[in-house]
Amino acid sequence: MTAIAGDVASHAAGKPVGNTAGNQGPLLQVRGLRMHFPVTEGMIARRHVGDVKAVDGVDLVIGRGETLGLVGESGCGKTTMGRCILRLETPTAGEILYDGVDIAKLGRRDLVALRRRIQVIFQDPYSSLNPRMKVGSIIGEPMRVHGVEPDAGRRSARVAELLSLCGLNPNFADRYPHEMSGGQRQRVGIARALALNPEFIVCDEAVSALDVSIQAQIINLLEDLRDKFNLTYLFIAHDLSVVRHLCQRVAVMYLGRVVELAACDELFDNPLHPYTRALLAAVPIPDPVVEATRAFQPVAGEVPSPINPPPGCVFHPRCTLAVAECRRTRPQLRELRPNHWVACDVVQ
Amino acid sequence: MPPLLEVIDLHTEFRTGAGLVRAVDGISYTVDPGETVAIVGESGSGKSVSALSLLRLIPDPPGRVTQGRVIFAGRDLMQLSEEQMRNVRGGDIGMVFQEPMTSLNPVLTIGRQITETIEQHRGHDPVAAQRRAIELLGLVGIADSERRLKQYPHQLSGGMRQRIMIAIALACDPKLIIADEPTTALDVTIQAQILELMQSLTRRLGVALIIITHNLGVVARYASRVNVMYAGRIVESGSAAALYHDPHHPYTLALLRSVPRLDRPRQARLDPIEGSPPDLTRLDRGCSFRPRCRFAIARCAEAPPPLEAAGAPGQFAACYRSNELAAVAGEAA
Repeated sequence: MTAIAGDVASHAAGKPVGNTAGNQGPLLQVRGLRMHFPVTEGMIARRHVGDVKAVDGVDLVIGRGETLGLVGESGCGKTTMGRCILRLETPTAGEILYDGVDIAKLGRRDLVALRRRIQVIFQDPYSSLNPRMKVGSIIGEPMRVHGVEPDAGRRSARVAELLSLCGLNPNFADRYPHEMSGGQRQRVGIARALALNPEFIVCDEAVSALDVSIQAQIINLLEDLRDKFNLTYLFIAHDLSVVRHLCQRVAVMYLGRVVELAACDELFDNPLHPYTRALLAAVPIPDPVVEATRAFQPVAGEVPSPINPPPGCVFHPRCTLAVAECRRTRPQLRELRPNHWVACDVVQ
Repeated sequence: MPPLLEVIDLHTEFRTGAGLVRAVDGISYTVDPGETVAIVGESGSGKSVSALSLLRLIPDPPGRVTQGRVIFAGRDLMQLSEEQMRNVRGGDIGMVFQEPMTSLNPVLTIGRQITETIEQHRGHDPVAAQRRAIELLGLVGIADSERRLKQYPHQLSGGMRQRIMIAIALACDPKLIIADEPTTALDVTIQAQILELMQSLTRRLGVALIIITHNLGVVARYASRVNVMYAGRIVESGSAAALYHDPHHPYTLALLRSVPRLDRPRQARLDPIEGSPPDLTRLDRGCSFRPRCRFAIARCAEAPPPLEAAGAPGQFAACYRSNELAAVAGEAA
């Protein structure tokens, strides 16, 4: 952990970080990442009228075997971050160093190799599994595509192994997704992600669509798999209590930017950014006695448009601490406490 | 004082290709005037169907309310004519649904959708209805109301649309609002705004509220009484404080133990409910939670346990072992 934290420190302070190819150093380093989607008008002559700044200058480091939580509300850019790291999007600017190699600029052929190492688990187990394919083919597909297990017999043995690893009976291979419950489908999604023995998995709202009683099962499964295969997770979620349970470090995003970054316990025990505090206060605790003692004032206003974000600090229109300066200068991440980074010039 | 709403032994069935589904299987509960009652459960538990049933909004076919009475302000809603029922919906009972984009009409302005309700139910002329609409937008915290009334639903954010839904629900001074997952589609900070708004308005105007949700935190923050549903039945009911601190049904207990909590130290491992929710076409005679229950005994397979007094005054649980649960669960933990 200290090595990772050290990298974050030197990184965020703008110091050069050495080439980390090989087996040392962080697994993933994101530097100055921007992902802007053009907004056009007109049917024939399409005029470029602006950009949705989905991700607008993000630096992140994820260590080997670490689980980094990425939290924020819809439109904050957390899913786009994940999609850039998976190279489902080609970022507008910035570097994504995966094991020392900048994957933001990789060509098609190199990307295929990369995708054996980076996998994804999506939110909705209903729409992320092909309804016309049997579970066995869904899980076997990545192996077939990548030519990992060309022999059909050995492939189905591997599918059976993956199914039982994910807590499903191997005979589920003959079922279709619609014959399964939401929790079972999500286990299939996880088995598919594991099929190529990846080292890094992007979990994009992987438990959000599940019922409460199933959510805990899947969280436990993700933890078991992490320990067993020494997986690294980028855990994208909006549910703060789940993130706190699962992650070692957490980054809070707002309108395309990271506003706070710290070790999990530190972030939840001492939230410093006004947005993080508002987010935490908004989560109701499942206990009426605790709730009765909480003084609660919801943060006013809504998230502004990422096409035309406010100048200066993007949170200032909703912030109770905002001063005149916040409207002018964009705050940079500052290390207010050891390894606790906050993009706010007002809090101390 | 008699309760505002009394649901008595309500049954709703759906005929599906896979067989008969008893989506609501004999539920009874009451709501007092001005009170906030939560119905909590997971998908398929029948919580939404129970609300649609009492509003007589179940599409027939495939669904049908087969049994039960719903006494609202002294009248049995099941005996009313369709015309009388239309006056109750949107009149004395307001409704707020989960997804405001689909429950608002996309081709009508916000203003028209509010004034339509007022003209229909209260017989106001367009000028009076317009005045009331502006007043309602102020009530739900929407500034610049004249401009907003001319806009269409797609021009508003999700939170704003849900405020409009609340304005429509309040338009005819209802006695009861039924809110079905009103904030599930919204972000955390907007969810908090909408729930605070609903709470302050229902308190101020003395409107009773049935809030249907899967979120145990929302229930704890806003409801005074709770009904927990599982597989079409109420398995436990009581005051929120009693239910959360001394649950008497294994499902309630397991549900509360399975969620990570921000106010407690991090757990090494979560304690999930094993298995999956039951297939409602294949229920047997016994307790439907039995296959997932750590405390099941032979008797649980014989007949579904009735909802009986257990724990604090006003608390009820449908479990043969409700009164020994605390001791048994303590040993297990």
